[in-house]
Amino acid sequence: MTFTRRKLMALGASAAAAALLPIRAFAAVEEVGAIADFTGGAAVGEGGITIDAPEIAENGNTVPISVSAPGAVEVRLYADGNPLPGVATFRFGPLSASQTASTRIRLAGSQNVVAVAKMADGSFMQASVPVKVTIGGCGG
Amino acid sequence: MRRLTGGVLSATVLGFALSGAAHAQPDDDSLVVNDETEIATEVAAPAHLDGALGGTIYSGWRFRTDETQALQMDDFDNPSMLFVDQAMDAFNTADGSEGKSCASCHEGPEEFKGLTASMPKVINGKLTTMEDLINSHRAEKMGAEPLKWSGDEMQAMVALIGLQSRGMPMDVAIDGEAAPYWEQGKEMYYTRYGQLELSCANCHEDNWGNMIRADHLSQGQINGFPTYRLKQAKLISKHNRFRGCIRDTMAETFAEGSDEFRALELYVASRGNGLSVETPAVRQ
Amino acid sequence: MANKVKPRVKVPSSASAGEAITIKTLISHQMESGQRKDSDGNVIPRSIINRFTAEFNGQTVIDVVLAPAISTNPYFEFEAVVPESGDFTFTWYDDTGDVYTETKSVEVS
Repeated sequence: MTFTRRKLMALGASAAAAALLPIRAFAAVEEVGAIADFTGGAAVGEGGITIDAPEIAENGNTVPISVSAPGAVEVRLYADGNPLPGVATFRFGPLSASQTASTRIRLAGSQNVVAVAKMADGSFMQASVPVKVTIGGCGG
Repeated sequence: MRRLTGGVLSATVLGFALSGAAHAQPDDDSLVVNDETEIATEVAAPAHLDGALGGTIYSGWRFRTDETQALQMDDFDNPSMLFVDQAMDAFNTADGSEGKSCASCHEGPEEFKGLTASMPKVINGKLTTMEDLINSHRAEKMGAEPLKWSGDEMQAMVALIGLQSRGMPMDVAIDGEAAPYWEQGKEMYYTRYGQLELSCANCHEDNWGNMIRADHLSQGQINGFPTYRLKQAKLISKHNRFRGCIRDTMAETFAEGSDEFRALELYVASRGNGLSVETPAVRQ
Repeated sequence: MANKVKPRVKVPSSASAGEAITIKTLISHQMESGQRKDSDGNVIPRSIINRFTAEFNGQTVIDVVLAPAISTNPYFEFEAVVPESGDFTFTWYDDTGDVYTETKSVEVS
């Protein structure tokens, strides 16, 4: 049995498409969820994870946050005073140079920003920093 | 605050921290964008101010926190640039009855280097802002509908053109034909508006450097407009900001694009003569 | 709205093998949280980018799940290593089902 190059490409493409389908077409949108959903009730240690956040944010709509957890496979960010506490889940792949990520988040008032890291050995570590959110001069 | 009717309590209501006689100084940080464009955020005050702001004028950037400042130091951190990119696309896209784009007449936005530093200015006997120039060219050359003054498309285009002058000193003319407009704008700057009876000068001349509640009051310079405000998460026009300030004095405000705001824009721009164009800036 | 979604990505055009390089990404998106109400008091439905991924030559650098607490015009900064020359692919997944991608080539010396 011989394959032409064209047939091979077609086979490859449909195999790839089939492999992708379950993820791309049918996966429900993932939610960040609650801390307990992440840890499954496992003990959570302190240390090994740092959050860089402003002590005072000039506007709660756009608050720059960095999180760093060397050796983590996954880090989740939470804002404990928001209507929905989940903020983001970061999963680090084989080509990440560090388990560090920065983003900008919404904070509905002064509260704690919490980061929970799942380490490569399956253990969990946590850090928390308070951020004050100020209200502009005239509300304008 | 909405129910207040008197003006006498204004200073206390707005919470000026008037405890210290001296102005709290802006910070000492210096602004270099993309590690290459130096921005003068502190220069000698223009002569016409006659010492009203002391000897030195400061960019609003100097009054912001380090985190807000950082957003303007790299064009890949500055969210304004998303809209500048959109304006670049619009620049090359035909619109209107003549089938022309900006690029049909202009080689590229680089052609406008320096223009923003001199705006607003009197053209054909009329005080003209960048928004006016864009809409008049759209109407006359392209046969296109005018863009809404503070709309995303207009302010993106104003930002794209302003970016070409980034780092150049603001230098608006206040004499000659501009003089009557400048006088009108100055009159407005010192007029107390609204139920709180506050003028621009009450905050941005008498109290710059002080805290108004949790906000570090700047000199109200407009050299970085349109500016990406974290509050609205989009580009904000100068006239939108004027309107917001006057509204907050609980006054009937002027319209964006009104002759009053054109005149005020000229006067406020002249208070910043010498500061670098920062467009597009990032503020809280 | 979808036609206004436009990414900006900063990737160095060259790197040495194994070097850590910093990547910055921005995309224009309202990130409607689902928490706001319109002037009639009706909840404005959630409409956000819910996932962002960065891959290099098919291998994952970072895979992010976004909640409505991510600000308008989502921004991410992170570090990658590139073992050989190739292409980064950045992908943003919208609640609407739209997918936005951007690619950047890196020359490894």
